[in-house]
Amino acid sequence: MSNTLLISLVVLGVLGAVLAVVLYIVAQRFKVEENPLIDEAEACLPGANCGGCGFAGCRALAEACVKQAAEKGNIDGLACPGTDMNKVAAVLGLTAGVFEPKIAVVRCNGSCKNSPAKVHYEGADICAFASTLYAGKGGCSKGCMGLGDCVKKCNFGALHIDPETGLPVVDPDKCVGCGVCARTCPRGIIEIRPRGKKDRRVYVCCSNTDKGALVVKNCSVGCIGCQKCLKECPFEAIEMRGNLAYIDPAKCKACGKCAKVCPRGAIHAINFPAPKPEAPAETPEAPKVELEKTVTA
Amino acid sequence: MNPIKTFKKGGVHPEENKFSADQDFPMPKQIIVPLGQCLGAPAECIVNKGDRVLTGQLIGTAKGFVSANVHSPATGTVAKVDVVMDHSGYYKPAVFIDREEQDEWAPGILVTDELLTDIKLDGKAIIDKVKECGIVGMGGATFPTHVKMMVPEGKKAEYVIINAAECEPYLTCDYRLLLEKTQEFLIGVKIVMKGVGTDKGIIGIETNKMPAIELLDQTIKAHPDLYAGIEVQPLKTKYPQGGEKQIIKAITGREVPSGKLPIETGCVVVNVASTYAIYEAVQKNKPLIERIVTVTGKAIKKPSNFRCRFGVPADLLIEAAGGMPEDITDVINGGPMMGKSVSVTSFPTMKGTSGILLMTLHEAQDRRQTNCIRCGRCAKACPMGLQPFLLHKVAKLNDFDETEKNHIMDCIECGSCEFTCPANIPLLDYIRYGKAKTGAIIKARNQK
Repeated sequence: MSNTLLISLVVLGVLGAVLAVVLYIVAQRFKVEENPLIDEAEACLPGANCGGCGFAGCRALAEACVKQAAEKGNIDGLACPGTDMNKVAAVLGLTAGVFEPKIAVVRCNGSCKNSPAKVHYEGADICAFASTLYAGKGGCSKGCMGLGDCVKKCNFGALHIDPETGLPVVDPDKCVGCGVCARTCPRGIIEIRPRGKKDRRVYVCCSNTDKGALVVKNCSVGCIGCQKCLKECPFEAIEMRGNLAYIDPAKCKACGKCAKVCPRGAIHAINFPAPKPEAPAETPEAPKVELEKTVTA
Repeated sequence: MNPIKTFKKGGVHPEENKFSADQDFPMPKQIIVPLGQCLGAPAECIVNKGDRVLTGQLIGTAKGFVSANVHSPATGTVAKVDVVMDHSGYYKPAVFIDREEQDEWAPGILVTDELLTDIKLDGKAIIDKVKECGIVGMGGATFPTHVKMMVPEGKKAEYVIINAAECEPYLTCDYRLLLEKTQEFLIGVKIVMKGVGTDKGIIGIETNKMPAIELLDQTIKAHPDLYAGIEVQPLKTKYPQGGEKQIIKAITGREVPSGKLPIETGCVVVNVASTYAIYEAVQKNKPLIERIVTVTGKAIKKPSNFRCRFGVPADLLIEAAGGMPEDITDVINGGPMMGKSVSVTSFPTMKGTSGILLMTLHEAQDRRQTNCIRCGRCAKACPMGLQPFLLHKVAKLNDFDETEKNHIMDCIECGSCEFTCPANIPLLDYIRYGKAKTGAIIKARNQK
């Protein structure tokens, strides 16, 4: 009995030792020289591999940062949407590049109230499939289906469907602007926009490029392409895409004038302070901004 | 009568529910003719607002290889060229025509009810005529018929198979056409045979249409010279007997290889209504501007078949069939198995509108969905030998490599799997989703 034990211990021990030597030799022989900075830089990144930076994953971004730092001495243009790039820059002994934090915005306000349901849908709850069957509950062929393809895809749990409006809502604290939802949406409703100074941003909350008459038929808050905002904008930041106004975030100075003139309330100005102190101060990512109402009231 | 044949793999037998009666109905003041009436690219509009158009006049020209011409179904003035919500639930371009009471036919069209037996055109000219007259597969898929009839180089068409199975429950439009226009239909078969260059034509027809089988048999026997080479093949009443691949398998015993076209087996399959339209086009130069539409349902007062010009809103047909019953929750364009629910009942009828089916809440409501119990009924029912439960799972997980490996592209979307599923899982929804995604991936890969 003790003999068997001894034999197996010796055999396995010798085998282990021999293989350890082999492994050591191989590891030395085929060693891949890697910059230890890459590991350090990667440790600063969130590790979600969301692809929001434009690279295959966090390690790929870390590699790119180290490479660019060595070649150009900066990390401009490389940014993880979910991290403070100063940390990565500090590891590399640099200051962070210019980076604007981004956020996903849902460009549809066709809630149950604004675009009342005309048909009832029963079937697989996939937006991409449902949109092959019909235009949508409210009849708008460019509007949100509300079945939550974007919610299912979000790596950060930053989206949920509001049961009252039937539309996805972005949690500004959780959203890192990686753009997975924007790529998933079969109708391209979600756009990744800069968060803006003091988190203030102005955007057109509609994606319908159809003629005004068609939009009015199905939705009370859709953009009808009247171009009032275009004429109002002092910075020429608004352009027409078909029959839809689009605010170029690069040119927009977030003055909020366009939101005031929009006859449909389709332009949303987020996080602007209300003019009167008794009004609620901030309504982050509220489906409808009170700006227009308070001004007219 | 020939012995009854059928396809072997899978299939289901839903309740038949075939009612029929024939009626006329008043034409509306304005008709709306969609420009995209076929599979493939929509036609390009060639008329302007204010133009006067004649019945049968070309108003939209085919754009691209898989596309078909569109003709004016009535005489009148073009009110506008705008968009209309069609059966797909989307706004599509359409021509709105304010109708005049009297039909004035476009020049060159022979308006006669006389039977024209003499086929003057040759094979190539027949296909050109079919193309010119905008004929598409009228079973519902609306694939342009001239594309189907063009036999590729190196292939030979052995049989023309006329798909008269009409396996969809409720629909009876092809059956009515067979009973009323028997002789014209048979001449149509001869024309298709001449067009594709073969002397064998087989009419595949399910045994639940015995009067039509007998009538066709008698007519062929009465004129043996005229209808030489045409045979009537009774088929077992089983769904999807009228699937293109299933009817070829049932009649010739040949199987269409995966990813290939039916011509690989030497067969060209044409629908009944399309065959009749080909007769009208070739013999009378009459373009495709009308068809028979079944308006039916268990709750409807007068289930009917209407000879209907394209562009007539569907709610008018429902009105003519006794009006919309009260507890209707689902209006389907096509048959109950493959048709799709519509968002509005005012959609214009078009080349592929074989039926308008009204379902009550009791019939249409989704049963409570439970978990898959791995009973394998869907796999047994699948006429293509696929594994729907697996395809549903992997499509749900967005694993499109796996869907492709499991031949999702061979799915004919017949819905037999979903019909048999005891757990009420919307299998076909997920498979259609997976098929669309996988198809897009394959297409992108092939373009590289």
